[in-house]
Amino acid sequence: MNINLTIIGQAIAFFIFVVFCMKYVWPPITGALAERKKKIAEGLDAADRATRDLHLAQEKATANLRESKLEAAAIIEQANKRASQIIDEAKEQARAEADRVKAAAQAEIEQDVNRAKEALRAQVATLVVAGAEKILETSIDEKAHAQLLNKLATEL
Amino acid sequence: MASGTVTSSEYISHHLTNLTFGNHPVEGWKLAESAGEAAAMGFWAINVDTMLWSVGLGVFFLWFFGKVAKAATAGVPGNTQNFIETIIEFVDDNVRSIFHYKNPVIAPLSLTIFVWVFLMNLMDLVPVDWLPYIAGQMGIHFMKVVPTTDVNATGGMALSVFALIVYYSIKQKGVSGFMKELSFQPLPKIFMPFNLFLEIVGLLAKPVSLALRLFGNMYAGEMIFILIALLPFWIQWLLAVPWAIFHILIITLQAFIFMVLTIVYLAMAHDDH
Repeated sequence: MNINLTIIGQAIAFFIFVVFCMKYVWPPITGALAERKKKIAEGLDAADRATRDLHLAQEKATANLRESKLEAAAIIEQANKRASQIIDEAKEQARAEADRVKAAAQAEIEQDVNRAKEALRAQVATLVVAGAEKILETSIDEKAHAQLLNKLATEL
Repeated sequence: MASGTVTSSEYISHHLTNLTFGNHPVEGWKLAESAGEAAAMGFWAINVDTMLWSVGLGVFFLWFFGKVAKAATAGVPGNTQNFIETIIEFVDDNVRSIFHYKNPVIAPLSLTIFVWVFLMNLMDLVPVDWLPYIAGQMGIHFMKVVPTTDVNATGGMALSVFALIVYYSIKQKGVSGFMKELSFQPLPKIFMPFNLFLEIVGLLAKPVSLALRLFGNMYAGEMIFILIALLPFWIQWLLAVPWAIFHILIITLQAFIFMVLTIVYLAMAHDDH
């Protein structure tokens, strides 16, 4: 082991290597490492944000759903109310119509009865006279008893 | 793989001798042909194999990492990018937990130390005879392929770290602050000479321990591999395999220790007492 010029040569080579390493090896790789670290951090951040957003959206969706359900229930209730109202109205209308028809029929019946009464009244005198003639075997002067007969007819 | 013509000690010393190019006092500029010649060249010689392998591995490290860095994307990383990122994050975590100041040099410095030392150590796992044999066939007599088994390699790095320690100490605290730190602690001011001696020894011990720890570990490990290679070939695996597996831990650990100690020393240089 002789110490000779090699020791200086080694020192020079070492110096050059260190300088080269400082300039061309170390910065690009540590730079890439730092950049990747940043990228990963950003990615994780974005994932976090996305999770938070998803959570928010889910909450919103649930709220929307609840609201819609309420609204739907209100609409259904209103519809039911309206339906019963319509039914009531229809019933009312039907009742009124029925009443009207009934009244008309009654009026007609009354009219018919009156007409029949009139007809009967018109004929009753003749019938009475005919009956009386049969009973009395004589004719009755219609004119003479007209007043009496009319009185009788009105009483019928 | 001790062949008949060389003795065991020749084989060992051959494997532990660097390919040295330098100015021999008698024969002038040449590649040393023996350990003795290399020693005779003194300081003004260079271990060609150490330089070649270490620079080659360093360039490979920077080419590979640089290629990945250029294509680095913040999106889904590929396999290589993932692998590189794992290493970088490992180094970055260590730097962050030990070094609490703002300094753009420390982390890339640590990465370079860790990967480069690891790669140089990794050469230890290449069977001890392969590369020297190939080199021998090409007419190169010595070839030590593990740069970290050369004290010059580890020393060069430790020396650079030491320079950084001194530089940052002065930059953070000023010359006077640094001197105060060396003179006025751990004992009261009246013991200044003693303090100064203690602190300077402590300061110098840092690069020396850095260099020698790595060198010693790798040199010893390489030595064991060489000794195992001296056994009959049919029994070598019995020792070489467990030692190699254990060495996977050692080479990583040594690279890690060198890096962590560098960070610690530089953090101490930034600390204001």
